[in-house]
Amino acid sequence: MREFTLQMPHSVNAGSASKAAAKAASLFPLAVNALIFEAGGRRLIDRLDLTLSAAGTTILMGPNGAGKSLLLRLLHGLILPSDGTISWGGKQPDRDIQRRQALVFQKPVLLRRSVTDNIDFVLRLHGQADAERRQELLARVGLLELAHQPARRLSGGEQQRLALARALATRPEVLLLDEPTSSLDPASVLMIEQIVRETAARGVKVIFVTHDIGQARRLADDVVFLHRGSVAEHAPAAAFFSNPSSSVARDFLAGRIIL
Amino acid sequence: MYILHSCGNLRNKRCNLQDFAEAFRLAFGLVLSGDRDLFEIIVLSLQVSLSALMISCVIGFTLGTLVAVTRFPGRGLAVVTFNTLMGLPPVVVGLLVYLLLSRAGPLGTLGLLYTPTAMIIAQAILITPIVAALTRQIIEDLFSEYDELFQSLGLSVWQAMGALLWDARYSLITVALAGFGRAIAEVGAVMIVGGNIDHLTRVMTTAIALETSKGDLALALALGIVLLAISMTVNALALSMRATAARQAYA
Amino acid sequence: MRNVLLAVLAVTVAGLFSPPAAAEDKSIIVQSTTSTANSGLYDYLLPKFKQASGITVRVVAVGTGQAIKNAKNCDGDVLLVHAKSSEEKFVEGGYGVKRFDLMYNDFIIVGPPSDPAGIAGTKEVTTALKKIADEGAIFASRGDDSGTHKKEKALWESAGVDPQKGSGKWYRETGSGMGATLNVGVGMGAYVMTDRATWISFKNKADFKIAVEGDKALFNQYGVILVNPDKCEYAKSDLGATFVNWLLSPNGQNAIATYKRDGQQLFFPNAQPLG
Repeated sequence: MREFTLQMPHSVNAGSASKAAAKAASLFPLAVNALIFEAGGRRLIDRLDLTLSAAGTTILMGPNGAGKSLLLRLLHGLILPSDGTISWGGKQPDRDIQRRQALVFQKPVLLRRSVTDNIDFVLRLHGQADAERRQELLARVGLLELAHQPARRLSGGEQQRLALARALATRPEVLLLDEPTSSLDPASVLMIEQIVRETAARGVKVIFVTHDIGQARRLADDVVFLHRGSVAEHAPAAAFFSNPSSSVARDFLAGRIIL
Repeated sequence: MYILHSCGNLRNKRCNLQDFAEAFRLAFGLVLSGDRDLFEIIVLSLQVSLSALMISCVIGFTLGTLVAVTRFPGRGLAVVTFNTLMGLPPVVVGLLVYLLLSRAGPLGTLGLLYTPTAMIIAQAILITPIVAALTRQIIEDLFSEYDELFQSLGLSVWQAMGALLWDARYSLITVALAGFGRAIAEVGAVMIVGGNIDHLTRVMTTAIALETSKGDLALALALGIVLLAISMTVNALALSMRATAARQAYA
Repeated sequence: MRNVLLAVLAVTVAGLFSPPAAAEDKSIIVQSTTSTANSGLYDYLLPKFKQASGITVRVVAVGTGQAIKNAKNCDGDVLLVHAKSSEEKFVEGGYGVKRFDLMYNDFIIVGPPSDPAGIAGTKEVTTALKKIADEGAIFASRGDDSGTHKKEKALWESAGVDPQKGSGKWYRETGSGMGATLNVGVGMGAYVMTDRATWISFKNKADFKIAVEGDKALFNQYGVILVNPDKCEYAKSDLGATFVNWLLSPNGQNAIATYKRDGQQLFFPNAQPLG
């Protein structure tokens, strides 16, 4: 096992990051048109329109039940819309597009294996099992010392950090996160936000679901505010937080309950 | 085969107790004496049942996992079929395999009837549905947890099956034990296709049946105790394996 | 732990590959009635035969009816059972080469010491059976189409009783082997018709006693038949014939006569000297 030093994770990834950025361009703009998703006779996504550019971190925000997580899954192609279209640079979400993205779930889904094996599993899938890269990823999420622990014995925060490291192992062009820090300890929240920021800085598109207003303020380049399955407001972060144009976003930011 | 005497009264309560005591005394005596015939029977029992188990696991793990991770028309029927076949009466399996392997049957030319191979085939047929059905249940539970992750990672069906089987491996030990338990304990199928031939196809259960039919209940019971001890040993080994591994990486 | 796994694997692989080796040696399969096996006769006879011929005899002990069916399916080389008319039909059907009388003993009726039908010591078996039916005393029958069962049905018929009318009431058909039926009979205090050899070597007699014996009608003849190679191409008729000839020879007949359990002779050889 190599002694780890926390030096320049960026420089190691600089090449791949620019490559990712070049390839990611082909996935954008992301255009969602008249998207409808129905389940059990209820319309959960209702004629949703949205366009996202390749740049920066987009925060999906809204009250519980607004359809944030659902939209994220639809974008990633985990579920199929009832009607309407999703187009990543002109292409419907398919297996190829899925593999160029990575999704971090609210409740981390970890294999019943060691921390190391969880990373290696994904590295091997992408044909690049490489101990050095694994160590680097583990170092970035602060899990080097727990490398041989069973993944599912880690604390909630450690588990989510591992899930994030595993997501980054695939060198995604788009990183999708579904409320990854809800109910985590502050230290883990800080670390995850830091990594998300670094990742975005390297040109990876981040789409981040949260209903934590503070977190949205810390991370957002632009904010998409969802209400009852459609977009109530989509604005640059500064404009959104200083002067929201929709009444539901205003109420939400003011801490009022939205029905 | 064995020289002993027994109490031999089924109706007399006091005597029944003596039968039990006698059986335990006999069981220990048999094992300690290192009786060669008994050893031969134990080895054959293990060979037949473990071979059947190996075949069943290869087929059952694959089928069970395949059904767990795929959606196809008639899948519900497949699940119901597995679950129903779990209750296959050994005698029926024995009869089917007999008809198949009999010299007058379609596979008669192979000359497999009354051989350990025939017994392995019968037991494999008997326990494959158990292994498949329990595997499906376990893998399906695990898959419901992993499904979105695997989809997101773009895993193929085979990659997903491999990962699920690996992650479920310690639960699958329990599945294998269930299959082994049924195989080693069944008498109906091996009696018919093996013929209970001394020094060739006599296993623990058919020996027990034979001693019962000779009215030697104490010896039959003693053999039963030995069988139980074997079963317990196999279970203990498997579970300690599971525990060791669980300490290492599994949670 | 890895070593344990390897050992298990070795044992199982050996299990998968052992049968062909076993099939190559000089051996025959005898489809047999249970009484000859359960009484220990084969354990006494077969080593002697093996010594004389080098042939291993593998015995599949099932009821006579099942043994005949198995032999008809060519799943045996020699048939040794005790139901003369069925055996003759077997030969007539071309399944067997020729039937030979081999040995005999007799059937007996055993019952609980309380003797609910009051048949103890009855000389004529038909009288005893009639009494059992009249009293509705419990009688446990094999009910499995075995030689003993066929004999028992014939005796009921000559007694003029249709036991089926009492089926499930006083007439209980176990549908199982002689030993199992005796276990049941002892368990519920029923009369049971059994061959003497099985009874003498049976260990779970409890306080049961022989109630009826000695009637000529209770004669129990065993026959031996070589399975016909014309019907069964895989039948090892050479080895099978060696076994049949040995059984019928003075050596074989003498061996049968000298087999004793608790000082009692179980089978009485009565083969015709081979011409």
